[in-house]
Amino acid sequence: MKSNVIVERAPDGSARLSVSARQRRFNRIGLMFASPWIIGFLCFTIVPVGMAIYYSFTNYDLFSRQDWVWFQNYVDIFHDRYIWKSLGNTMYVTLIGTPLGQVVALALALLLNQRRIKGIPVFRTLFYLPTLVPIVASSMLFMWVLNGNHGLLNTVLGWFGIPGPYWLSDPKFTKMALIIMDVWRCGTGMIIYLAALRSVPETFYEAAELDGAGPVRRFFSITLPCISPTIEFQVVMSMISHFQYFTQAYVFASLTDMSNGAGGGPGNSMLFYCLYLYRKAFLQYKMGYASAMAVLLAIIVIVATAIVMYFSEKSVNYDVE
Amino acid sequence: MKTKHGPSLSSRITRFVGIFLLFFFAAVFALPLYWMIRTALMDDALVFSIPVRWVPDPAVWENFVTVFQRMDLAKYIRNTVFSSVMPVIGVLFSCPFIAYSLTKVPWKGGKIIFPIILFTMMIPWQVTQIPMYSIWAKLGLTDSFVPLILPTFFGSGYYIYLCRQYMKSLPNSVIEAARIDGAGDLRILYTIVYPMCKSTLTTIAVLVFIAHWNDLNGPLLYLQSSSKYTLSIGLQQFRKADNPEWPLLMAASTVFTVPLIALFFFAQQYFLNGISTTSGLK
Repeated sequence: MKSNVIVERAPDGSARLSVSARQRRFNRIGLMFASPWIIGFLCFTIVPVGMAIYYSFTNYDLFSRQDWVWFQNYVDIFHDRYIWKSLGNTMYVTLIGTPLGQVVALALALLLNQRRIKGIPVFRTLFYLPTLVPIVASSMLFMWVLNGNHGLLNTVLGWFGIPGPYWLSDPKFTKMALIIMDVWRCGTGMIIYLAALRSVPETFYEAAELDGAGPVRRFFSITLPCISPTIEFQVVMSMISHFQYFTQAYVFASLTDMSNGAGGGPGNSMLFYCLYLYRKAFLQYKMGYASAMAVLLAIIVIVATAIVMYFSEKSVNYDVE
Repeated sequence: MKTKHGPSLSSRITRFVGIFLLFFFAAVFALPLYWMIRTALMDDALVFSIPVRWVPDPAVWENFVTVFQRMDLAKYIRNTVFSSVMPVIGVLFSCPFIAYSLTKVPWKGGKIIFPIILFTMMIPWQVTQIPMYSIWAKLGLTDSFVPLILPTFFGSGYYIYLCRQYMKSLPNSVIEAARIDGAGDLRILYTIVYPMCKSTLTTIAVLVFIAHWNDLNGPLLYLQSSSKYTLSIGLQQFRKADNPEWPLLMAASTVFTVPLIALFFFAQQYFLNGISTTSGLK
């Protein structure tokens, strides 16, 4: 009702006043609609982040102690050999899991992008289905698929005379077991690559075909450059999610290492940074120490995300059409 | 197809290899799923037989009944549905609200808030998890669904972002016309903007539902008593408690998976939409 009055008055020469009245009204409405976020931001982001930084300088244990210890946690982290072990494991899955996952996702997308083949939607659904299996269910499934004596993978390997390893109990193979499962669940990346491939203009390929370029040459000279922004985006996103590797590792590690609950699996071979963080915080209640670990993780992730932003910015500018 | 003499030999070979690989990968990706269903229908004693039995014969459908008795699966399903549907309601309530303020209300705050939202998306949840836990513990709300649900009613950066991207593309003229006609902004949001955003909101609903259906970390921290377990925790605990009884575990995993696959077949386009929107391709 109020706005009616203002709008009608506007032509009367009191334009400036009504504009500022309008603006004040919009400020009030904007604030009202944004208020859930503002409250949430304060309660679920600002306050906890502040507390986490504060905790990281204390020996907080959730119950009794909360003394200021300066940089002791950070110094301890530097001297904690499990931190280095967990960082090493995290780097392992990042450096092997990321390229492998991306190559398979892209390969599947390329197969789905073939022209003149019927039933592509059926194949697309089939490749995507594993992603829909909830992560805990899929971890259970793969602990069975990768079972040393009776599992699916070793049975199939047996057909070719390859003795499959004990994926889940041999520390050399446990991380590979996780990576195999992650590659099976690469459907989301595949869909993204497929969308990118479909945005490459057909005329590029036709021109190349007329010039006599074969499929391999077309892939490296046309497809790859055209979808490179998507690849960069995907690689960095995948790296960030690997830094935060937790759920699969938690399920695998806690079920293959019966001795100490949520340990790091056989020989701590599945002790990843975030699993170790969880163990420190919620099994040993070293909240101060774990907070310092979380703060360091945030720094790593923010730097990496800044890189994603930079690349996605580039992909917006890079328009083939 | 522009060549005059039909497909050449090399293109026919390429095509054959392409089709072959398509079927090969299809088999590789489908086999574990088959393995799950095959084991779920198998007699416990036959699981470890050598050579491997590929077809469960006879098919033991009772496994699905047994697992409901042994695991209290019905309760886990109820809890999981509750802790997945409530966040959907929360997000659908809060995010369009906030996105409206960012896109359709001409005020200064919008320009300040949006970059902050983007920045908060970079903060890993591991950072806020410890302080949040101690806050909920002080409020006596651990071992309840409140910590899993309440925050969604205050918006979540990622879904606000999705909602904002779409709302930005809606024409302002419709909203201005409604304002001149004297409609309040709340009414504009619910009668004009909401219906226009239907497909984006459905996409968001699907994404939120799946994320919470899958979640292990939240329930792991906040749901301690077994009467509150979700499927994630229940499955994990069941495996821990016994020697692995693979047929029952696989039956439970199948039950855990089927709703998402059903959802996928009903809302396929929203899944695919959601994925390509989030990757910045749209």
